[in-house]
Amino acid sequence: MAGLLDLTALEAQRAMAAGELDGAEYAEAWARAAAGDELNAYLWRPGEDDGGEAIAVPEPRTAPIAVKDIFCTEGVPTTAASRILEGYRPPYTATSVRRLLDAGAPILGKTNMDEFAMGSSNENSGYGPVLNPWDRGRVPGGSSGGSAAVVAGGLAPWSIGTDTGGSIRQPASLCGIVGLKPTYGAISRYGMIAFASSLDQCGPLTRTVADAALLLGILQGRDPLDSTSIGIEGGVELPEREDLSGLRFGVPGDLAREGVEPGVREVFEATLGRIQELGGEIAEIALPNAEHGISAYYVIAPAEASSNLSRYDGVRYGVRAGGGRDLIEMYESTRSQGFGAEVKRRIMLGTYALSSGYYDAYYGQAQKVRTRIAEDFAAAFEQVDFVVTPTSPSVAFGLGEKTADPLSMYLNDFFTVPMSLAGIPAISIPGGLAEPAGGGPKLPVGFQIAAPAFAEQRLLDAAHALERAIGFDARQEGL
Amino acid sequence: MIDREQVLHVARLARLRLSEAEVDAMAGELSGILEHVDRIGRLDLEGVEPTSHVVALENVLRSDDAPWQSLPREVALASAPEPVDGAFRVPSPQAD
Repeated sequence: MAGLLDLTALEAQRAMAAGELDGAEYAEAWARAAAGDELNAYLWRPGEDDGGEAIAVPEPRTAPIAVKDIFCTEGVPTTAASRILEGYRPPYTATSVRRLLDAGAPILGKTNMDEFAMGSSNENSGYGPVLNPWDRGRVPGGSSGGSAAVVAGGLAPWSIGTDTGGSIRQPASLCGIVGLKPTYGAISRYGMIAFASSLDQCGPLTRTVADAALLLGILQGRDPLDSTSIGIEGGVELPEREDLSGLRFGVPGDLAREGVEPGVREVFEATLGRIQELGGEIAEIALPNAEHGISAYYVIAPAEASSNLSRYDGVRYGVRAGGGRDLIEMYESTRSQGFGAEVKRRIMLGTYALSSGYYDAYYGQAQKVRTRIAEDFAAAFEQVDFVVTPTSPSVAFGLGEKTADPLSMYLNDFFTVPMSLAGIPAISIPGGLAEPAGGGPKLPVGFQIAAPAFAEQRLLDAAHALERAIGFDARQEGL
Repeated sequence: MIDREQVLHVARLARLRLSEAEVDAMAGELSGILEHVDRIGRLDLEGVEPTSHVVALENVLRSDDAPWQSLPREVALASAPEPVDGAFRVPSPQAD
């Protein structure tokens, strides 16, 4: 049995196609593994109740997959880890999930996350935090904490999550796996519960870059049901590159700052060395406005969220608080009881930023910063093929360590937010292990590579070559 | 920089009811975040076009005559807290 679970999704898919592996048996083995979840990573698995028929896959043709609970799955509980959607079973299935089912990927379960995708630690879930498989006293990152934990923790071969400001890349970094945020518009957002509509993107969390490419190929494409979707022209091929000669990698001088743990910095520098060993060139570049990314993001994202979350009003679906004297009281009670603290905080922030008298100073200004950041990347890509940074300023931190100060939690997204604002693709791959600043056993450090819009193929090819050279093996590292 | 009065005003706009303790905490937390965010207020961005959408798409339309299936009424009402006569029942906007 253990051997089956060691196969990558790509290996399993090929074996099924060759008739060497029984798809249903393989899916069963993973379902049994998923049932052993002690990380609170799954919110729902098939068989726990009725309702999985609409998303059943009787004849698997590829590896079974875990799906972040932000994707609507017909007849199956979908909560976005919020109590306001407790018991909600959508009447339709998200396009991303539909594409997985059509590809023959059974759904292993719905994964835990930060409520409405707001968070960087999975501590904002209405259903309890997710534990990091490397150290259960630490966070897996967020908001796709459950999706990352299941892949790193042997509870799923691969998963999908969403990334708005880093919510795929940062948990991938903290859990020692691969996480990709594609170009905005590469994958349909239909049926993906909206947080910030100009930033949200679906993406793969996998053990290898090749698996991420395989999954991206299944998910990407223009969808008539999402008019902001474009797809990736030419599709996605499996990566084959083995070296990096002729490629230039830009390191933003402006982002080399305090706040990065020494261990993280060490792994980052070592990985730059590996790039050079593979024939790649390192160059220093300037992203002068990237340091304002957090400020712009924490206006734009909450502003869009305040609009998107206004639909949770107890009228058409979800919970409704009783006892209100009138409609407004019903809205207020429902929302106040149903939303967690971080969600309320961001709704308040967003509502304030968009309110009369403040709109231009905050939202208008933030949108201009966004333009500048996009221009910075465009200018950088005239000189280099990729921009590289550490994915996260730190390794996985302790549960409760950053919850007292919202701002300290927001700064986790420092390196990931600029790419989201610019809409460009970025991947995090494990660079190695490092000791946390406070001491203790070593933990995974992610290396982030960003590319121009729709350059996913080149990005995956380069990441694949680098991954081979790094040779990070979670099991060998003691996971 | 954001006081109790403003917090209560914004809460009303957002249809959130905050407890006394929450109002105080919220004023402090939002002030801290806004102080950080304020740095962008000091940037010279005269003449910069705001970005509302990162990809070059405009008015993506479909043809009028393609039939489009919407959710059947009973399916749309299936998750409703209080479906009545094929509609969503809600409390009256104003208490009598």
